[in-house]
Amino acid sequence: MSDQTVDISRRKFLIGTASAGVGLSLGLYLPLGKAQLNADAAVPEVNAWVVIQPDDTVIIRIARSEMGQGTLTGLAQMVAEELECDWSKVTTEYPTPGESLARNRVWGSFSTGGSQGIRGSHQYVREAGAAARIMLIEAAAEIWEVAAGECTVASGVITHNPSGRSTTYGKVATAAADGIPPLDVKLKDPKDWKLIGQPVKRLDTFDKLTGKQVFGTDLNLSGMLNAAIKACPVFGGTVKSFDDSVAIKMPGIKAVVEVEDNAVAVVAENWWQAKTALDKVQINWDLGPNAKLDSAAIDDMLNEGLTANEAFTGNRAGNAQKAIEASAKVIEATYAYPYQNHAPMEPMNATARWTQQHCEVWCPTQNGEAALQAAAEAAQLPAEKCEVYKIHLGGGFGRRGAFHDFVKQAVAIAKQLPGTPVKLLWTREEDMQHGHYHPITKARLVGGLDENGELTGLNIRISGQSILAAVNPNWMQNGVDMFVFQGLMPDGDHAISYSIPNLLVEHAMRNPPVPPGFWRGVNVNQNAIYMESFIDELAHAAGKDPLEFRRKLMADQPRSLAVLNAVAEKAEWGKPAAEGVYRGLAVCKAFASYVAACAEVSIDQHGILKVHRIVAATDPGYAVNPQQIEAQVEGSFVFGLSALLYGECTLKNGAVEQDNFHNYPSMLMSEMPKVDVIVMPSGGFWGGIGEPTIAVAAPAVLNAIFAATGKRIRSFPLKHSDLRKA
Amino acid sequence: MAKISVNGKVEDIEIDASTPLLWVIREQLGLTGTKYSCGIGVCGSCTVHIDGRAVRSCTIPVGSIKPSQKITTIEGLSSDGSHPLQKAWNQLDVPQCGYCQPGMIMSAAALLKDKPAPSDADIDSNITNICRCGTFNRVRQGIHLAAKINKDGGQDV
Repeated sequence: MSDQTVDISRRKFLIGTASAGVGLSLGLYLPLGKAQLNADAAVPEVNAWVVIQPDDTVIIRIARSEMGQGTLTGLAQMVAEELECDWSKVTTEYPTPGESLARNRVWGSFSTGGSQGIRGSHQYVREAGAAARIMLIEAAAEIWEVAAGECTVASGVITHNPSGRSTTYGKVATAAADGIPPLDVKLKDPKDWKLIGQPVKRLDTFDKLTGKQVFGTDLNLSGMLNAAIKACPVFGGTVKSFDDSVAIKMPGIKAVVEVEDNAVAVVAENWWQAKTALDKVQINWDLGPNAKLDSAAIDDMLNEGLTANEAFTGNRAGNAQKAIEASAKVIEATYAYPYQNHAPMEPMNATARWTQQHCEVWCPTQNGEAALQAAAEAAQLPAEKCEVYKIHLGGGFGRRGAFHDFVKQAVAIAKQLPGTPVKLLWTREEDMQHGHYHPITKARLVGGLDENGELTGLNIRISGQSILAAVNPNWMQNGVDMFVFQGLMPDGDHAISYSIPNLLVEHAMRNPPVPPGFWRGVNVNQNAIYMESFIDELAHAAGKDPLEFRRKLMADQPRSLAVLNAVAEKAEWGKPAAEGVYRGLAVCKAFASYVAACAEVSIDQHGILKVHRIVAATDPGYAVNPQQIEAQVEGSFVFGLSALLYGECTLKNGAVEQDNFHNYPSMLMSEMPKVDVIVMPSGGFWGGIGEPTIAVAAPAVLNAIFAATGKRIRSFPLKHSDLRKA
Repeated sequence: MAKISVNGKVEDIEIDASTPLLWVIREQLGLTGTKYSCGIGVCGSCTVHIDGRAVRSCTIPVGSIKPSQKITTIEGLSSDGSHPLQKAWNQLDVPQCGYCQPGMIMSAAALLKDKPAPSDADIDSNITNICRCGTFNRVRQGIHLAAKINKDGGQDV
């Protein structure tokens, strides 16, 4: 093992370096604990991020999770750019959260949410690649007894220019691993990038085409049992008692166990046996305080917040109330956005093995470190005695990042069968009814126009649920959840796209007892609908073109204006569309990127909506892999429009009414518009990709529906609306 | 004891006849490329072929399948990713998370068998699999590309 091969004096040196505060940011520690990585432990680790095998294979370590968004490939591109290795020889591996813990978080954050994968780690992963390159060149120079400055590298081949000698990374990697990490590394100027910015193919495609890719649901360990689970369908309910007399006698059944205080699981040789037997367990629930909760009660709660005296302020400029009072024309509208489930295709699952000394978990997770904490908590063991092995996710969308309820359950079950690995897999029904839902909100918007139809004041009152209050109360500031204002903030990653002289954005926090969560796009999803629909309403009330009306308010927002102009130009806004086809616009800044969309729709005499085409523009600052950005933008329309068309979880008797894809549908091929993607990186900043475009999907289509029908839809999903022409 | 034919191999299975084919494939035969997602035949992640026809294996009791019927799973489509759809998918980087893709590819394979040069309308009506990542446009391109690879005698284009 590598910890035995590391010589002690060198380890001391590195500890000394670390105390100087240099190594940490560069990821240059050696393993101080036992190495558990997949890479052959005898293979030299140049630094924590880069392992190079004698055959020149480059293993790049990736701390963030791959769930379809392409981050694995993008991060590898960034390390390889600075490393100057041969891209065709690059493979990747996940370091484990336990290894990270043992090595003082050498890989930084494992969290894969908030479109942070690339933009949150670009600096240190590039530095790690550059540092490894320097060490490899120095190792070669030392062997040749020449100055490192006389050597150059290309595609992993180091050349000593004066003598013409050359060698490869694989040949000097062992020596480089013994070298001294550089104290300072200089990154390339973006204009010199050769790999960043290229539409290279994903590194993880092939196994996904043959069925070989192992997802959490596919894991099979020696001696493993399978578990199916049923938690109380009512939020806050618990298990009073259960009768397993029938289930326990069914074939393959090993155990029927209570899990935490609110669920019953059946453990069997295989999952179908467990699931079938679980259906025969009679569970007597204590439904708890929410047994009567329904959607109408939640709606009442939110309506009260729309006009309540007290509210938090998220953005204030001038005096909105006074400006509106003094305006020539007042426009007012109320919008509502429902609960929605993440519904990744792979239902929640985790595999756990517990003993009194150790707990191991294998799971798809967006945050390996959080999964490790959840495992340790459920195992009642210190985190140092636990380990998590990450598996590619069959979709995440926020469900598998902040919440590891499925990990805790798996460990709680495994604890009752010490030493035996148990794979817990939720049914789709369990997944639908035990989500951490897109928060529910309503918004009342009031705008004032002067005699010339110029916007003089705007008040946005949001009423509804705070994610942070339920999930990360320590992220709140004096009781305020600033995340609620995403897309409407004065500045930052989620700044409002307009300069409005008198503006007041408020939040009346109303938290129904339904667990909320970060849902791909988070709060820009509804806020962009509110803002971009209402701006359209104001434009029409002012008798102005929606593009011109927006442009006038965007003089101080050049990047937002640029993406809006790009879609307008490409979609030929202002020129007639095909007969029966109508256009709608939306623009938003989210997750530090600037996005805009122009949707083209038609609606037939029966009110059937057809979205023909969407032109979408994204300015993420730097575009690491343009073809993957295109894939994310296209996918964002599926996610955003599925939500708009169908996404709704309603409450009845304290439980979510929807339980599978038949009553919680998702968009299909036949509904998919053509998407023209404009990737227009303007440089100088790093924006996210996986989420921003979702914000503009729904409002662009809604504004096009208005153009087509004269109907302004203000509550969702659209399946409830009659879209026939007014 | 019953017999089923999967990927050209006759398998003896000892299991309750009401068990869905999906779980026989995954848990008895260990072929985990075929996925569980909805369990009610709506999403298509579990799509396999029976005698060349795409079916949703999560709702088919294994007892209803005759030993003479030939079942093909994603593992049986090709042993090395050489099916035109797999080539096209690889070329276009179709998958995102990849969980729905075996079902998507099996649905597309049945369509191509039926219609070697499907129109967009054919694709719309035959590919009814759910993909939450949103790969539909690349799936569509992939089907057209695979049709072209087929037509050009299996050569990449």
